[in-house]
Amino acid sequence: MQLTNRSKQVSNKEMTFTERMYLPAIVGGLRVTFSHMLKKGATVQYPEQVREHSVIFRGQHVLKRDAEGRENCTACGLCAVSCPAEAITIVAGERQKGEEHLYREEKYAVEYDINMLRCIFCGLCEEACPKDAIYLTDRIVASNYERSDFIFHKEDLVEKVALEGRIDISKRKKDK
Amino acid sequence: MDQVIFYGLALITIVGALATIFSRNAMYSVLALVVTFFAMSGLYLQLKAEFVAVVHIIVYAGAIMVLFLFVVMMLNLNTVSTIIRSNVNIKWIAVLAGIAMAGILGYGAYATTLPARGDNTAENGTVKILGKMLFNEYLLPFELTSVLLIATMVGVIVLTKKEE
Amino acid sequence: MLAVILFVITLGIAAYSTYFERKVAAFMQDRIGPNRAGPLGLLQPIADGVKMIFKEEHRPTGSNRILFILGPSIAMLTALMTSAVIPWSPKYFEIGGQKYALQIADINVGILYIFGVVSLGVYGILIGGWSSNNKYSLLGAVRASSQMISYELAMGLSIIPIILGSESLQLSAIVESQHEIWNVFKYPFGFLIFLICAFAETNRTPFDLPECETELVGGYHTEYTSMKLGFFLFSEYVNMFASSAVISTLFFGGYHFPGMSLLPAGVAVLVGVAVLFAKIVFFIFFFMWIRWTIPRFRYDQLMRLGWQVLMPLAILLVVVYGAIFSFI
Repeated sequence: MQLTNRSKQVSNKEMTFTERMYLPAIVGGLRVTFSHMLKKGATVQYPEQVREHSVIFRGQHVLKRDAEGRENCTACGLCAVSCPAEAITIVAGERQKGEEHLYREEKYAVEYDINMLRCIFCGLCEEACPKDAIYLTDRIVASNYERSDFIFHKEDLVEKVALEGRIDISKRKKDK
Repeated sequence: MDQVIFYGLALITIVGALATIFSRNAMYSVLALVVTFFAMSGLYLQLKAEFVAVVHIIVYAGAIMVLFLFVVMMLNLNTVSTIIRSNVNIKWIAVLAGIAMAGILGYGAYATTLPARGDNTAENGTVKILGKMLFNEYLLPFELTSVLLIATMVGVIVLTKKEE
Repeated sequence: MLAVILFVITLGIAAYSTYFERKVAAFMQDRIGPNRAGPLGLLQPIADGVKMIFKEEHRPTGSNRILFILGPSIAMLTALMTSAVIPWSPKYFEIGGQKYALQIADINVGILYIFGVVSLGVYGILIGGWSSNNKYSLLGAVRASSQMISYELAMGLSIIPIILGSESLQLSAIVESQHEIWNVFKYPFGFLIFLICAFAETNRTPFDLPECETELVGGYHTEYTSMKLGFFLFSEYVNMFASSAVISTLFFGGYHFPGMSLLPAGVAVLVGVAVLFAKIVFFIFFFMWIRWTIPRFRYDQLMRLGWQVLMPLAILLVVVYGAIFSFI
């Protein structure tokens, strides 16, 4: 049964005298290695140069705020339900009087944890969210020494209020 | 200056030879023998026999002693084997052989008249002179040695083949 | 004076060979190689040296202290001794009425001197491997010794045609005899055998079994740390430089280059030094080129190649060239 057209018939026939001398084969090998000396490597000098991500790259999550700086999330729990890895934990709370400038909806997430070790970065939470609150950005989740440090809490996830602290997700949004 | 170097080398040769015999560790014996060979080739150099000196190092220090070390390492002969010590007869044979050897060497030293020091010009030690000497004056011993070597080689090959 | 200059040059070349090797390896594997220390990573050897010196000294229990230190010392010493007899210029060229020769010692058995020193190089490995009190080190040392002995014979026999042709054991005379035509064209098979044996004698891939990582951890230098390890590694590069110099001298005409007699004597000497240098650098590169092309031999293959292929070939070569020189 032939699975691919790249399979090669292997034979164990006796080598001829020139083959047994190995020298032609060695010269051939030397030619191959030397040809690689002239090729350009694929190395990217990482800290100075950053390799560009694909536009559909899904990295660390962000919890968005609206134009007035209020959190979009209403703690509906759809993201947690849709998550195939069960990485998201939400504790909901009711908005009190005088907190209208903090939360857009009457209900908000008191706690919002994502376990980055469980997360498979599928983006289903983003798809499920009715309030445009959660997005996966092109940032890479940093490595860490402790397992507990991989559980990202709300303060790690929500973007800053100030405009320059906001996280740009327009690249992926446009794509949709 | 020449004399100082000579006595220094001679001292190293003798001390090395004694260390070879008296050291309990086979490894040290071999290394001491290497030192002895080096000092001896230094003595050859003093006699302007460069070829002999270098060949001495290549053959003895570079090949034979490496084989010795090889064997010592492989067999792990760290202490003197007890089998040899317990056998009394071998001791007596060794003493007799030693006396015989000393006798032969002593007679050789007594019978040879040493050439006067000073006729060792740089020319004497060159390969050309040596080759001519070997193939004219000492042709018979030279050829006999080579026959002996071939006989040894054949013997070794036969011995290894028998094992199979 | 000349000796000091050559000593410094040898060490410098050996140091930069380590950098060069990493760069060559990188380029052959489509990588970039060291480029962080200094411009283009040129200060890398210095960084490596400093690192080596400041590493912790360690000596395994049950090892022999004197021999443990003697091992790397001998390895380094013998490696540095070889280049003393390499002639860098014609014997006695004149500058302002003074006669000079760029060669430290023109011994009349120069070529045998090289063989003598090379054959001693194995003592460093043997002593170092044995005194480490480690099975892997010992196996590495045993391999080194058997490999050296096996290949030294073929190596010695392969240059006998050259000695017959130039009628001298003196390196300056051998180089002078290549004035018309380089030895490599006269004795191509001798060159091939010598080259293969040179790889084996310097313990370079494909014959680096004494330090074979896959089987023997680090081989004879498994237990070595700090600059003692550095000496072992460094002596390999010094050996490589020496072997390249010997190959260039014996087979590639030393300081000779085409059109040498057209230049004025002083210029010809300078260019000759540069040419010999270029030849040496090429062969150092060739050593690395081979290393990153051919995988390591198996031990029985190594022995078979040495005794059953190279030895008979070398003996045949001696017979054939002996017949040619005596009857034609």
